[in-house]
Amino acid sequence: MEVLGSLAILFAFCLSIYAFTGSIVGIVWKRPYLQKSAERAVLGVFALVTIASGILVYFLTTSDFRLAYVAAHSNRAMPVMYKFASWWGGQEGSLLLWSWLLALYSAVVVWTNRRRHTGMMPWVIATLQFTQIFFLVLNAFVEQPFKVLAVGRGVQAMQDGQGLNPLLQYWMMAIHPPMLYSGYVGFIVPFAFAMGSLITRQPGDAWIHTTRRWSLITWGFQTTGIILGAGWAYAVLGWGGYWGWDPVENASLLPWITATAFLHSVMMQEKKGMMKVWNMVLISTTYFLCIFGTFLTRSGFVSSVHAFAESSIGYWFLGFLAISIAVVVILILSRLKYLKSETKLESVLSRESSFLFNNLLLLASAFAVLWGTVFPRISEMVTGEKITVGAPFFNKVNVPIGLFLLLLTGVGPLIAWRKSSWESLKKAFRWPAAAMAVTIVVLGVAGIYHFYALMSFGLCAFVATTIAMEFWKGARAIAARTQANLLMAAVELTHRNTRRYGGYLVHMGIVLMFVGFTGAAFNKDTTQDIKVGDRLAVGHYELQIQQITSGSNDNFTWQRAAVAAYRDGKLLGELFPERRVYIMSQQPTSIVAIRRRLNEDLYLNFAGMSETEAGHALLQVYVNPLVSCIWLGFWVVFFGTLICLVPSKVKLAYARTEVVGVYEKKVVAEK
Amino acid sequence: MKKYWRFGALITIILGVLGWLAASGINESKTYYKTISELKGLPPSALSQRVRVTGDVLPGSIQHSGTAVKFTICEKGHNQLLSVVYTGKDPLPDTFRDNAQAMADGKMQPDGTFHASAIAAKCPSKYEAKPGGGQKVQKPLNTNSPSA
Repeated sequence: MEVLGSLAILFAFCLSIYAFTGSIVGIVWKRPYLQKSAERAVLGVFALVTIASGILVYFLTTSDFRLAYVAAHSNRAMPVMYKFASWWGGQEGSLLLWSWLLALYSAVVVWTNRRRHTGMMPWVIATLQFTQIFFLVLNAFVEQPFKVLAVGRGVQAMQDGQGLNPLLQYWMMAIHPPMLYSGYVGFIVPFAFAMGSLITRQPGDAWIHTTRRWSLITWGFQTTGIILGAGWAYAVLGWGGYWGWDPVENASLLPWITATAFLHSVMMQEKKGMMKVWNMVLISTTYFLCIFGTFLTRSGFVSSVHAFAESSIGYWFLGFLAISIAVVVILILSRLKYLKSETKLESVLSRESSFLFNNLLLLASAFAVLWGTVFPRISEMVTGEKITVGAPFFNKVNVPIGLFLLLLTGVGPLIAWRKSSWESLKKAFRWPAAAMAVTIVVLGVAGIYHFYALMSFGLCAFVATTIAMEFWKGARAIAARTQANLLMAAVELTHRNTRRYGGYLVHMGIVLMFVGFTGAAFNKDTTQDIKVGDRLAVGHYELQIQQITSGSNDNFTWQRAAVAAYRDGKLLGELFPERRVYIMSQQPTSIVAIRRRLNEDLYLNFAGMSETEAGHALLQVYVNPLVSCIWLGFWVVFFGTLICLVPSKVKLAYARTEVVGVYEKKVVAEK
Repeated sequence: MKKYWRFGALITIILGVLGWLAASGINESKTYYKTISELKGLPPSALSQRVRVTGDVLPGSIQHSGTAVKFTICEKGHNQLLSVVYTGKDPLPDTFRDNAQAMADGKMQPDGTFHASAIAAKCPSKYEAKPGGGQKVQKPLNTNSPSA
């Protein structure tokens, strides 16, 4: 069966080449039958990669340890869910997942557009298949998932596998890679349409309309993936934080930043016919960063505490990136005259300008993150000395950018298109500015002097007020006309223009997340070696280790501390941080205990028994205010994104006679 | 033309401030990667540099004394040893064990020891259990088989 799997990949590779060349030859020599067969080949690639993936999953779930991949990433004692998740637990499997997702998306694109965009589609297919070929080369020749542990002619199975890395045996981590990959891979589709429209000299917005939902859905996947990663780091890694500016984390953040910039700047093209070149550049950059992110995590290019793997595939990626960047640059340059802006910027105080600065800041942030991530390599090349920069660098640049963006989140939606006057601004921002001032004064009086924290909370109040006012104004108008109550009117309002009000909800979620991030300014932590039975005070908590218990099961042995938490002498409850040693890999892992509350988390990590003093346990305590707001904010962002995807009830016509918000296209929901 | 000047000025100010922040951020947090042999050859003037040094933990060298942890790391292929004193507040990572590849951030002391404020142990397996990385790996039943 493993032979069948390898063959499926090999055939998929050939078929993918056929689809690529068939599309191009078909359109250049005008052979519709070739184009048609190329489309079918895309579906064939999907079927073949699905077969290969299915076989790998079958081997994983049935614990067939003849396979090197299964032996290295699964074992008998693991629950079925993690056996399945081992599909993306290692290098070969996760590259196969990449291929599979791309094949799936390509098939969906071909199917949903089978009667539309006939001129553009062959080029879209060619772009998708070009990427597909690259990943299938990796699957078929570089990182083969179906290697068998073979000796001579006989095939030898291991008794049991090593198991999925224990740190990855956590529900969030099990779904984090597919989510993130869905986001990464998803952006290839808008990119492919962008290329299609470039090549066919269709400068219009067809590609943007067609891919608006794709972009949003995949942006949603990326956001979910990143937050899952952060949530996993927080709940599993045991250092009390959720983001450490590690290269691997940065790799996932980079395309998200440019994708966010893209989602904003396409509005400029839709509504004003501006920034056409810029949008091409942004979507291409996002695509390159998606590939680059995969490259960073998969090649060991930058050393990272949690780099996944070191291997030679880096050169393949660099080669692929170089070729695609060259092609895109040439294409954009040769089509510049089709991408002329229809209108010009008129004033610094305008919606256009707020979009411009939004993009500038997001790009600056992306550049800073990229720079910091590859800094060791750059400094090595330039000065011969390898220098790394740490979290202070990233925070120093990105915190002010974040705050500025937060400000724009509040200002942008309220400021008029074209040109705005100071008077109208004063009127629009009277209340939000007052809310900001009150927040800062109240917090200052309460004893908070941290500059960035004050600014952040103030801006959060500012933005939240602008959003609330928008809903209130609209809802009141509807309520007055229809005699509905305000809440129903707000729902009606949202339904009339889902893009706008869904967008506001997303912004509200971002505000909540900023509140959560700002909480980090007030974190407290301590590490103590305390005797079982003794008490220790952290912030306004008092903790007492009641007892230590231990035991084992098939998968791991464990040691668990029962810790009672008190506040003002009152018992709040018991927490059970745990330490496991996984039997197959002999790797110790901490299972932290977190008392999550909206205002503050109490986070305990039991770091084992002391090695110097008997009967002492090593306990790390973190008090993290407001972290829960981040996760809550994420759900608001998620909900807002879903609302944006609902078609608007009312067609809105803009001066540019473009219909925005309603588009009769159904993208098959990937969920 | 005036409005373009305004845009230009605003953009320049923003990028300037960010560039300045970035430069100071780099200066504050830059850490030099050095090998043990490079560290030993450093002039005394370079002692103030923050350095990241990597080496394998010598089996049996880990000693706990109070809150400090002392251990020795060695550079592969050079037989260079470096004694490290770790005084940071975080407990050592789970992956920090004999033979693990340890990454120590800190400064060289005039007496030739290395004071580390942070230790990261590159788990021998990384996140992925890879055979041959210092971790005990179950070989296939047939011992002379290639295991990966």
